[in-house]
Amino acid sequence: MAVIPVSRKPLSFAERTYIPQILGGLKITFKRMLKPAETMEYPEQRPEIPKHYRGVPTLVKDPNGREKCVSCQLCEFVCPPKAIRITPGEIPLDAPTGHVEKAPQAFDIDMLRCIYCGLCQEVCPEEAIFLQNQYSMTGYTRAEMVNHKDRLYELGGTLPDQHHKWDKKKAAEEHGNAH
Amino acid sequence: MIAPPKPELVTVNIDGKEIAVPKGTNVIEAARLVGVDVPHYCYHPKLAIVGNCRMCLVEMGMPAVDPATKAPVIDPATGKQKINWIPRPQIGCGTNAAPGLHIRTNTPMVKDCREGVMEFLLINHPLDCPICDQAGECKLQEQATGYGRGYSRFIEQKNVKPKRTQLGPRVTLDDERCVLCSRCIRFSRDIAKDDVLGFIDRGSHSTLTCYPGKKLENNYSLNTVDICPVGALTSTDFRFKMRVWFLKQTNSIDTESSVGANTVVWSREGAIYRITPRRNDEVNDTWMADTGRVLYKQVKADNRLTSVKINGADSGLDIAVNAAAELFKAGSVAIVGSGRSSVEEQFLTRKLATTLKAPAHLVSRVGEGDRLLISADRNPNVRGALVTGLIAALPSAQLTELAAQIDAGKVKTVVSVGEDLAAAGLSAAQLAKVAIVYLGTYANETSAAARVVLPTLTVFEKGGTFVNQQFRVQKFLKAVPGAEGATDDLVVLAKLVAAAGGGSVPSEINTLWKTIAAEVPALGTMTFANLPETGLLLDATPWSALPFAEGETLHYKPTKAAQLVVGS
Amino acid sequence: MDFFFQLPLWIQGIAKGLAVIAVLFPLAAACSMAERKISAWIQGRPGPNRTVVPWLAWIPIIVPFLQRLGVFQLAADGGKFVFKEDPVPGHVNKLYFIAAPVLAMIPALTTITIVPFGAYLNDVGQLVPIVLANVDIGLLAVLAISSLGVYSVILAGWASNSKYPFLGSIRASAQLISYELSMTLSVLPVFLWVNAPGGQGTLSLFDVVQVQSGQGFHFDSLWLGLWMPVSAFIFLVALFAETNRQPFDMAESEADLVGGFHTEYGAFKWSLFFVAEYAHMIVGSGVFTLLFLGGWNPLPGLPLTTVVHGLQHWISFAGHPLFMGVLGILIFLGKVGFFIFFFMWVRWTLPRFRYDQIMKIGWQKLLPLSIGNLIFYALLIALIQK
Repeated sequence: MAVIPVSRKPLSFAERTYIPQILGGLKITFKRMLKPAETMEYPEQRPEIPKHYRGVPTLVKDPNGREKCVSCQLCEFVCPPKAIRITPGEIPLDAPTGHVEKAPQAFDIDMLRCIYCGLCQEVCPEEAIFLQNQYSMTGYTRAEMVNHKDRLYELGGTLPDQHHKWDKKKAAEEHGNAH
Repeated sequence: MIAPPKPELVTVNIDGKEIAVPKGTNVIEAARLVGVDVPHYCYHPKLAIVGNCRMCLVEMGMPAVDPATKAPVIDPATGKQKINWIPRPQIGCGTNAAPGLHIRTNTPMVKDCREGVMEFLLINHPLDCPICDQAGECKLQEQATGYGRGYSRFIEQKNVKPKRTQLGPRVTLDDERCVLCSRCIRFSRDIAKDDVLGFIDRGSHSTLTCYPGKKLENNYSLNTVDICPVGALTSTDFRFKMRVWFLKQTNSIDTESSVGANTVVWSREGAIYRITPRRNDEVNDTWMADTGRVLYKQVKADNRLTSVKINGADSGLDIAVNAAAELFKAGSVAIVGSGRSSVEEQFLTRKLATTLKAPAHLVSRVGEGDRLLISADRNPNVRGALVTGLIAALPSAQLTELAAQIDAGKVKTVVSVGEDLAAAGLSAAQLAKVAIVYLGTYANETSAAARVVLPTLTVFEKGGTFVNQQFRVQKFLKAVPGAEGATDDLVVLAKLVAAAGGGSVPSEINTLWKTIAAEVPALGTMTFANLPETGLLLDATPWSALPFAEGETLHYKPTKAAQLVVGS
Repeated sequence: MDFFFQLPLWIQGIAKGLAVIAVLFPLAAACSMAERKISAWIQGRPGPNRTVVPWLAWIPIIVPFLQRLGVFQLAADGGKFVFKEDPVPGHVNKLYFIAAPVLAMIPALTTITIVPFGAYLNDVGQLVPIVLANVDIGLLAVLAISSLGVYSVILAGWASNSKYPFLGSIRASAQLISYELSMTLSVLPVFLWVNAPGGQGTLSLFDVVQVQSGQGFHFDSLWLGLWMPVSAFIFLVALFAETNRQPFDMAESEADLVGGFHTEYGAFKWSLFFVAEYAHMIVGSGVFTLLFLGGWNPLPGLPLTTVVHGLQHWISFAGHPLFMGVLGILIFLGKVGFFIFFFMWVRWTLPRFRYDQIMKIGWQKLLPLSIGNLIFYALLIALIQK
């Protein structure tokens, strides 16, 4: 690399007294003082959540209100901090969603462990777990910081997903073999 | 140990690698020896070959010879003998190694074949991996990763077949997932000798089903689940319990009988979810009985002993050991060992017996063998007691000798290592007459009557060895941590030996094996750590005259002496 | 008023002392809140605006306004300092460790007694200063007592028996001594000017203000800041150094010394140091106002007495001594307030000097400048007054 010697400009007398610089600085800070504050005052003002924000992981239901999770436990497997804990369970055959066969008996996400990486959402084959806009999780005890299944569905709500994979399957079952 | 006969070797060439394999080895097995995986569904090393899945198609060829002179034809381009490749692919499972056989598994044609087979298999597959218990150990999943196309060209409706069929009390069938490999049918017919399964209908309507009015309910039905390459047959007990990729595998031994079937215990975070067989061609091939698969439930049984008790009151281990030592001081001790204890425990029981100069008894459990993997002797380790010298003769089912001694007042204290004395023929009055020190896992009449109760561990919570009916030393390892309040049998026994004045003996299993190797001649050359997974056969001649109860089972024939006695 | 002067002297003394504490302490504390608010505004933040007394929260307008201003935060902080655990580290010299913050408070509170902060015309038309102790040695006393403040810093650093406090206190003491010289030399021209030759010599701050209370724009009635700008400048710079304010806060210098001399202090003892610093600032600003900015006179060439006489035409009670006193105090406080703001404004604008720069400025720049300034004014005054 070529070395380019740059001569340093000697300071003028005024500069060496610091005073013009100090006055300049004071001018800047004074102007700044008269402008409104930039701070967002959090609980009253909320930031606009950008699209694809990764907030608290939640479970969602499909437009028909069926819980989408089939407890395949892939999220539990992929979760780097091991925050997810699922107890799989069987859906009774006579239930409306009996053809899905499997649903979580318990689904716990320990928000003290969760790192909001979004791998659970990425890995989910049923598109049942989403990191949504909720970013503020608080609690007084460790137990409170564990989101159970009910709370996860409450946070997640319903997502307008139009796949209806399992409904199609049920229709095929009722319709029989199309050969 | 008897040297196996030298098999006749033939040399084959697989993907350019030469290997000598025993004659009769098929191409899949030969390829496995050079580290080449030939995908397959219907082929199973322990079942008859049918060749109906077509997944193992490979290219084959033989060295060219001049038909007239039988002289090798040399390829001028390479200077080597020319290979006459068969223009069409052949199935690997149905072809045995022949001298000079050349096999190619990595050509475009082979790849095309595999991809074609996969695409056809997947057109009607429900693709419900998220709810399928086989996910993670599914051959279809694995091959789809290698040879699947990632999307489906099939736009018609998929087949609908019965899901959640109960084939038997322990097996659930999902016909949509079935790839019609017929492994389960062959197993039921050839191994379990219970020919209840079969296909009905044709083409894509083919459906696996039970013979009308019958059920898949033999004691080996769950092996069909193990060998099912996809998720069609699943275990009802394990259904939706846990995904297999979370489970830790620990090698263990089936304790049902003296066959000592090799098993794998699948556990997660201290809880066992299932037990499956482990391949051991000398003992159980790849099978095990259904009854052995539910034994893990005893770990969390309701009547588990979880606290040390002296006269019914909770106490500490050392206090209880001291209380037992006080009982020993009075003399006239008898010891009841167990054929369910490991070799190490029996060795320490013998130490305790010699220290106390007490006679050692054993209780035998003899039932009916099923000629497959459950033998007549339902104790897994009677031969271990013989090898360690705890007993010299075969035990009887009832402790009549001990009962007589108690009645005569010759015995004041009985140490029972895991045996329920009441079940072994001692009356309540006899139990009340003596002071009992009971080491065991479950509450029973003996533990209720015992002066000192020392809770110990089940076979899944500790390591050790069993000697099976072939005099094969096989080891089992600790799968899950011990129950709270229970102590390793070895620790308890070592403490008892020390309290009885027998000096300090190691209770850690590897250290203990040094002592065992030094004191038991038959085990003199072994260490616990180096014991192979398939076990080590001992020389059975010192005990060949004993009339063992076992009849013939898989890979076991009783010796003549025993047969004579049984037959007479 | 008369009643007060009839009281025994010792009761008067106690009352005055309590008055000082009661006024200066909250004032210094308020300065700390002002500091936080000003820094926030300069940095584009709202500053402390959350704390509120729960049972006052229902009052509209006033309470939310005070809340936004951080007034309750100030009270809460004060309460916290009193009630939080006050640990004394095991490795310190306990006596001196506890004595240091007390010693810091004494000079800070004492100097205020000598500072006049207003004046009124008494019955006979004589201008009387509002001051707790109108001593003739005025400024000398201020300089003497306030320079005692360095002892508390040295003591705190030494008693803490710890590396950073020690370094901080050594730096602070060197800095205070260095700048005291320039400071003293810079005010000498003022007193050369105040004390006409042959008259009775005085160092009274009241007299300095009197000199600046002339009417009209004659050079001898101007505020001394205009008449002697170099003196005012040197005094101001030295004042920053003496009060350990940025850019001269070598004693704390948290970037390299953790917390400087008060690293080992916490809770109430720490808050005493804090209050002492602000008290120093208030007194320093007051002295500067008196010396160079005409004290309680509203504008150069427009003395308070003239204003009051003027106002008498409009407002009947303007001639009352109380009105004049309050007006004077308000004007004086306004000027002091501006200077406190200036202190903070500078703090949140400038970075800290390096230690060698501080020594260089003190000894090589400011000291020669103040000597030159003294000689120049000495000659000038001699020429004028001849």
